[in-house]
Amino acid sequence: MSVTDIDSASTDSDVRPVPFRGGGFKTIDRKFVGLGVFIVLFAFWEWGSRSGFISSLVLPAPSEALEAFMDLARSGDLQLHLAASLQRLVLGFTCGTLLGLTVGTLIGLNSLARAGISPLVSAIFPIPKIALLPLFIIWFGIGEGSKVATILFGSFFPTVIATYSGIDGVDRTLIRMGQSFGLSRWHIIRKIVLPATLPSILSGMRISASISIILLVAAEMIGAEYGIGAYVLLAGNLMATDQLIAGVVMLSILGLIVNFLISRAEKYLLSWRS
Amino acid sequence: MQLRIENVSHDYGPLPVLSDINFTIGEGEIVCVIGPSGCGKSTLLRMLGGLEKPTRGQILEVGKPPEGSLNPLTYVFQDFALLPWRSVHGNISLVLEGHGLSKTDIDTRIKDVLERTRLSDFESAIPKQLSGGMKQRVAIARALAVDPAVLLMDEPLSALDSQTRELLMADLIGLWERERFAACYITHNLNEAVRLGHRVVVLSRRPGKVREIVEIDMPLEDRDMTDPRIAKLQQDLWDMMREEALDADRELTT
Repeated sequence: MSVTDIDSASTDSDVRPVPFRGGGFKTIDRKFVGLGVFIVLFAFWEWGSRSGFISSLVLPAPSEALEAFMDLARSGDLQLHLAASLQRLVLGFTCGTLLGLTVGTLIGLNSLARAGISPLVSAIFPIPKIALLPLFIIWFGIGEGSKVATILFGSFFPTVIATYSGIDGVDRTLIRMGQSFGLSRWHIIRKIVLPATLPSILSGMRISASISIILLVAAEMIGAEYGIGAYVLLAGNLMATDQLIAGVVMLSILGLIVNFLISRAEKYLLSWRS
Repeated sequence: MQLRIENVSHDYGPLPVLSDINFTIGEGEIVCVIGPSGCGKSTLLRMLGGLEKPTRGQILEVGKPPEGSLNPLTYVFQDFALLPWRSVHGNISLVLEGHGLSKTDIDTRIKDVLERTRLSDFESAIPKQLSGGMKQRVAIARALAVDPAVLLMDEPLSALDSQTRELLMADLIGLWERERFAACYITHNLNEAVRLGHRVVVLSRRPGKVREIVEIDMPLEDRDMTDPRIAKLQQDLWDMMREEALDADRELTT
């Protein structure tokens, strides 16, 4: 076909552009939409409560919950509750994560440990740790021990699984490279295997952090004087739904903060990912 | 130091993959090994550096490695094998750490090797910022940093597009002119073999045997693609391999 042929073809009446069939299936980052949904929901809720559409007995207005929160802050109990909860959470989560990393690395690298421990992990992981709480109280006492232990166990297992499955996924060519340059086993583990496992460890931490918050509240509902869980339980017993909502919102915000921190850590530590 | 391959045979279970391989890689010599896919080229290379043990026969180091060599037998991998979380500097320092070198020693070595490979401008880049060709240049620099006696190159240009391959081949020739390293260069690309090899070892299809060893007595820098002698050599190699490649292609994998 010569150039003139193409020209004459394009003047033909039987010419149409190729229909576009691509696109879609790709999410775009839309900021403020999530925030907008929250605002609309709360506005509707507030409006519903004020207009009597939502009975205050069933659900207190957001403004009432906020008032309950301010009362709590003014009384000085807020600090006590938060301090107690955060201390348990940080202690249990940190110890659980560190232990989980150690055991997960062991399972990932040692076939004897894998054969011996991983069935045990699979057997204990699905047990709701709350069910074990009475046992923990007998073992570690009704005080801090049992609460920290519950959180520790809850964050331990997801970390173990994330760590060893991450190690399984490490690019073998990188390990072979390390061996071919005569690096010691310890060097290969520390400088190649563990950094390559970091993405998996961090996504495991996301799960174990959420589980920890759930277990924190559950543990604090039994025999705790202070803590957000204790506060929520007390509010529930007194039918003080405004306090209950305030407590629940605090938990939600706590979860959001933890998630945000992990996202920041991912952004900072995993910037090398393409 | 020379590397001598003596009567090497290898089986994977009941399946023989290499049979009675004999050749020597001399000092400052590039030996290219070609053969149809699945003939055991890569297995042979893994044995040369001690990453795998041959079923029969042995690989011998003859003579002393150069003074100060940290890793006499050093690989360059097809897929570069750079740590994505480390910079160019960090990737090279990885293979220098753990040898009891001081930090300043390591830094001088890195600076030196980056200069020799003309990568000084990229010292702080991380792998995801680099093109495939640059990644392989960094991997080659990393290999040279440990002062190897023999470079073991496993299809180093196969993951690159043909233009980049051409550029890197010229780089390798220039580098060899300056450094005179010895290398065993595995490839399935006949053009690479005739351009880079002082000798070309042709393997048959599985189980791989040495079919022929072709000496190419021409300086590397003179080997122009338009040179009829080079074209003739490449054609001869292809004639040798055509049947084997055809048969290997039609073979069912077990």
